[in-house]
Amino acid sequence: MSDEVDKDRRRFLTVTASAVGGTGVVAAAVPFVAYLEPSARTKAIGGPVEVDIGKLQPGEKMIAKWRGKPIWIMRRTEEMVQDLKGLDDRVIDPNSDKSEQPAYAKNEARSRKPEYLVVEGLCTHLGCSPNLIPEGAPDAPEVDWKGGFLCPCHGSKFDLAGRVYSGMPAPTNLPVPPHQYVSDTRLLIGADEENPA
Amino acid sequence: MKAMSKPWYAATLEWVDARFPLTKMWDEHLAKYYAPKNFNFWYYFGSLALLVLVIQIVTGIWLTMNYKPDAERAFESVEYIMRDVEWGWLIRYMHSTGASAFFVVVYLHMFRGMMYGSYRTPRELIWLIGMLIYLTLMGEAFFGYLLPWGQMSFWGAKVIVSLFGAIPFIGEWLSTLVRGDFGISDVTLNRFFALHVIAMPLILCALVVVHILALHEVGSNNPDGVEIKKKKGPDGVPLDGIPFHPYYTVKDIVGVAGFLIVYFGIIFFAPEVGGYFIEHNNFIPADPFKTPAHIAPVWYFTPYYSVLRATTSEFMWVVAIGTVLLLLLYWKEFKGAWRLVVPVAALALVGGYFTIEAKFWGVVLMGLSVLIFCALPWLDRSPVKSIRYRGPLTRIALAVFVVSFLVLGYLGTKTPTVALTRAAQVFTVLYFAYFLLMPIYTRIDTTKPVPERVTH
Repeated sequence: MSDEVDKDRRRFLTVTASAVGGTGVVAAAVPFVAYLEPSARTKAIGGPVEVDIGKLQPGEKMIAKWRGKPIWIMRRTEEMVQDLKGLDDRVIDPNSDKSEQPAYAKNEARSRKPEYLVVEGLCTHLGCSPNLIPEGAPDAPEVDWKGGFLCPCHGSKFDLAGRVYSGMPAPTNLPVPPHQYVSDTRLLIGADEENPA
Repeated sequence: MKAMSKPWYAATLEWVDARFPLTKMWDEHLAKYYAPKNFNFWYYFGSLALLVLVIQIVTGIWLTMNYKPDAERAFESVEYIMRDVEWGWLIRYMHSTGASAFFVVVYLHMFRGMMYGSYRTPRELIWLIGMLIYLTLMGEAFFGYLLPWGQMSFWGAKVIVSLFGAIPFIGEWLSTLVRGDFGISDVTLNRFFALHVIAMPLILCALVVVHILALHEVGSNNPDGVEIKKKKGPDGVPLDGIPFHPYYTVKDIVGVAGFLIVYFGIIFFAPEVGGYFIEHNNFIPADPFKTPAHIAPVWYFTPYYSVLRATTSEFMWVVAIGTVLLLLLYWKEFKGAWRLVVPVAALALVGGYFTIEAKFWGVVLMGLSVLIFCALPWLDRSPVKSIRYRGPLTRIALAVFVVSFLVLGYLGTKTPTVALTRAAQVFTVLYFAYFLLMPIYTRIDTTKPVPERVTH
């Protein structure tokens, strides 16, 4: 037998062993990464929530909790909805072209029913929760303030359709979550016809 | 007759040495590790960083004995440690003050390296490993800050995790993967606890060992930036070297004493340091439905946070002009195909500045402001290492950098106004100018002659 090392054979074995071993390592990483994804229970808790909006008076806002996020439901007066048009040139994305909402909420009032605004109450800048400042409030952040929301963190202002004013740190309007009306007074947040629960 | 037998301890050591390189390691890293004899005040901070690491690990282990990583009970368990556990307040304040002390010491340690050119050849890897330690430390601090489950823990984590969301395409998936939930929740708290007490400390300790091994391979730099290994005595020992033990172990004890006076002074008399070490809002339990009036990270992250906030859509014009200026300044450096590739890449970049939202570029600039330290060994083109033998340009540049870093840090703790945002933008430009113009000013700057041997 020859004492010579068969270098080709050795290289072939090294390369194939590395390739097979490497594949194994990558495959083994799959469960470790998937383990970090939301668990079945977390997903179940993140399922749709049904809220009673029957007691909401015009001009009032209530907060529902969905997926750990505050969801605002605001019953707007007719005047509030009328005022939105006049703000088109003061907001950055008047038609919500760059913003996140289901197709049924991509309209002037950003809602399924103009009377009700349903949005995620988290600033699209860095996720702080803005405060409602009504029209005529002493701390109104703008002259001719038609009512809206002001983020306490970095000062982004939103109108009563969740549209962000121009020149603010927030890049887009407040997102509208998927939702549907189960009845006149009951609202389901987190599911709609296209994304059933 | 039997030869005089060795004392029991020498015999034991011999027995061990035949089985484990104990004496060999002791000599290599302490008794026969020759460090330059001219170390000054700035050389305390390496060993102090090691001391703080030990303090954090020990107090951390003790804290976990009573801490509950559960959204319902975490806040309460920290208050329990503070009020009902024997000496719990001391252990907890040692840990919270230790976190800030870690960054103070590490920042001064890094500044030392920048002053004396310790990142230059042949110490580039030491510097890069040090940067890895710094990044791991930032992760460790970030994960740890969520654990008390106060308002600032919660909202700080929310803001920082949402930064991942700015990454195109995979951003949303990635931030959900980090949180393990659709928002910051009990799930997030539990996994941050795992990362804070196991993953990050393990990586940190391993990197510290690698950092020291790399240092002892090439030898320490010194305030003169002179290589002491170039002048060796007949015994092969550098003429300007002294054994680390006992000379520097004893010297470092003085540093340790000084450090402990300040450290325990803070713990006993001002553990919150006016809201800088422990923010006031963190004494209120986390409430996902109520944003605190003012959100700011802890002081050691605020310089980078300022860079993030300074990046408005308006500021992208400045970034665009900066990109073009850099391209023109360094045009001579590019040869052949690069003369086509680089301008096209720059053009694509500038296009991106105005098509992708400024929030994304803010995240990019913030990341870059941390990572750019890694490039120092290759940005510095000066023929000398130490600031002692460099000219006025380099000295002014370093001063501008220090002021920018401190001002950005201060601005990051404040609620932004139009004027403060403008200031943050100016200092962001100066901060990056220190690094990006370094190849130019270090090359044209005057230098003084470097001595053959270290000075006193």
